[in-house]
Amino acid sequence: MSLKRIDLLICCGSGCVSAGALKIKERFHEVLAQQGLTNEINIIETGCMGPCDYGPVLVVYPEGTFYKAVTPQDVEEIVGEHFVKGRPVQRLMLREEEKVVAAQKEVPFYQKQVKVALANCGYIDPESLEEYIATGGYEALGKALTELDPQQTIEVVKRSGLRGRGGGGFPTHIKWQLVQEQKADEKFIVCNGDEGDPGAFMDRSLLEGDPHRILEGMMLAAYAIGANKGYFYIRAEYPLAIKRIRNAIQQAKTAGLMGQDIFGTAFNFEAEVRTGAGAFVCGEEMALIHSLEGQRGNPTPKPPYPATNGLWGKPTVVNNVETLANLPTIFIKGADWFSSMGTATSKGTKVFALTGDIRNTGLVEVPMGITLRELIFDVGGGMVGDHQFKAVQLGGPSGGCLTKEHLDVPVDYESLKARGAMMGSGGVIVMNEQKCMVNVAKFFMEFCVDESCGKCSPCRIGLKQMYDILARITAGEGTQDDIAELQRLGEAVSKLSLCGLGQSAPNPVLSTLRYFRDEYEAHIRDKACPTKVCPDLLHFMIDKSRCIGCSLCARKCPVTCISGSREDKYTIHQPDCIKCGNCQDVCPVKAIDRIPGMHADVLAHRAELTKNNEYED
Amino acid sequence: MKTLADLKKIREKAQEEMKLRGGKVRVKIVVGMGTSGIAMGAREVMKTFLEEISNRNLTDVLVTQTGEKGLSSLEPVVDIIEEGKAAVTYGNMTPDKVRKVVVEHIVNGRVVSEYVVATGS
Repeated sequence: MSLKRIDLLICCGSGCVSAGALKIKERFHEVLAQQGLTNEINIIETGCMGPCDYGPVLVVYPEGTFYKAVTPQDVEEIVGEHFVKGRPVQRLMLREEEKVVAAQKEVPFYQKQVKVALANCGYIDPESLEEYIATGGYEALGKALTELDPQQTIEVVKRSGLRGRGGGGFPTHIKWQLVQEQKADEKFIVCNGDEGDPGAFMDRSLLEGDPHRILEGMMLAAYAIGANKGYFYIRAEYPLAIKRIRNAIQQAKTAGLMGQDIFGTAFNFEAEVRTGAGAFVCGEEMALIHSLEGQRGNPTPKPPYPATNGLWGKPTVVNNVETLANLPTIFIKGADWFSSMGTATSKGTKVFALTGDIRNTGLVEVPMGITLRELIFDVGGGMVGDHQFKAVQLGGPSGGCLTKEHLDVPVDYESLKARGAMMGSGGVIVMNEQKCMVNVAKFFMEFCVDESCGKCSPCRIGLKQMYDILARITAGEGTQDDIAELQRLGEAVSKLSLCGLGQSAPNPVLSTLRYFRDEYEAHIRDKACPTKVCPDLLHFMIDKSRCIGCSLCARKCPVTCISGSREDKYTIHQPDCIKCGNCQDVCPVKAIDRIPGMHADVLAHRAELTKNNEYED
Repeated sequence: MKTLADLKKIREKAQEEMKLRGGKVRVKIVVGMGTSGIAMGAREVMKTFLEEISNRNLTDVLVTQTGEKGLSSLEPVVDIIEEGKAAVTYGNMTPDKVRKVVVEHIVNGRVVSEYVVATGS
């Protein structure tokens, strides 16, 4: 192999791939071949670098030049100017306050981040075992196997204070200890990669970007608990993650890092991938275990816990992807190093997927205890456009919404829980003032109704009832009793459901009821959606003083409910309007306004309909 | 792979392959690749550096490029930057001169003073 002078890292996380990273990669291969540079430049596909909003992104080493929003048309210029002449293409680099950001490490997005689980993600080639080893990979496993016994291995994790990153935050060492103490002929370690929250992509990025790290973490866990067999449970919607983990398993086997007598010790280990069909409930550990066994993915009552009766009735540990990803670094850098980060009860770092109305959507890793304000405004870059921050939804459909008042709350398991949200697996959905919180609650409720497995009645029936009430409220048919009923149902479902899905599903409703009750009241009492989102609770009006009578709105109206003439101007026949907004979009003089509240004509029309129905009855 | 020593061997080799991404390097060779540099043969100079260093298996040397340096009459221009030492700039480079610089300067640590056009950063 000839000496290379440039490492070109192309982010091939799913965000960048959908933005066209693979086309860019092909184009680089073509252009480099044309110019005879193939032997001098390494093209490396990496996992997610994090700043998905800038995608597709590239980093060019040795300088670490950071390019964003690259298109295939830019490739020739990058090669000609940067690779040949040494002049970075400033046009494609990030600008911060008029200054060009020269290197990736100077990009503001990365400033407050501390990468532990994501250390290699976006830095190494995830399909190369050698690159993982170059960053210190498999050293933790080698050291643990040769220098520590299983109990000492558990002690390290205990001292580190690591807690489960899947959402619950259960201390990892306790889970391990319980299984380690079991006497059984066989034990299992399972990696939970059934990430299903809307807007979450932490586990996918880790599995895709640094698969060997997860594998090493799994083997450390297996050694500690005495398991010789591991399963990766990954949803089938993550084909690249599945491919990369399978590839990593194969490479580890070939290199002798997996199989019999690993590192010359008596430890044997095998791992395989099982794909999940995409049921949200299979992220619940009992449901996941049943699904692995080939049965219907339903939860079962606990106890017995997986620690005693897990996979095929054997003691089993189920750990989340990110939990496992932290392990190798804890063993290399030490438990004390890890526990020096974070708060009293939540140690280390947490990976978050930032989405919604935020500038830097993407994948971030920050120390526990950072405030929401730092996470959203410093790392996330604040809100898109001139909009105001309104709420943040943490923890997906199981989590809750927090508001402006909570921006200085530290991000740790207890602080979030106390305020009705939760850490969850790390999905962070940021919302601006244009979002209707009742509608948001309805969205998550609909998700949970769909995903409820139907085994226990509180979840199956209760969530459906809650959804129906929310649907009624957003349709303008809410009654004064609805808020109390939502509260009562939500609390009942939380208390009575069998598994975590049902227990946490009312959270979005309960937290929005707690912090945005006025919006619910406006929907019910005033028949108005203050943010002008719910179609039934708003109307469009043509301002005759501004209307020029061009007839464009009338011609574009799909239900022909607009009529008028050049002289009389145009009016909307309100009862027929379907609130599609076409008229507002096409009006050349912006004479059409979106106004909160049901129009008087519609109210009268509805009253008429009800009266007629009563006659028929 | 059966021992930590085996792992270490693989790691060192792999780190070598990844040195461009921030590994430890002893010498950095920067070739001026502006328009005038390229017109005077900087591409050949760069290629010869890459070949020579690769052939000699010099693992702690990094070759990179920069833009116009302003010494157009002396192109191709090359900077040799070593940690803790003043940078040395060679001018009017050719593939033959490159071979000599690699042997004398990079390998044996003796600056080839006849080609030097400037020192210091």
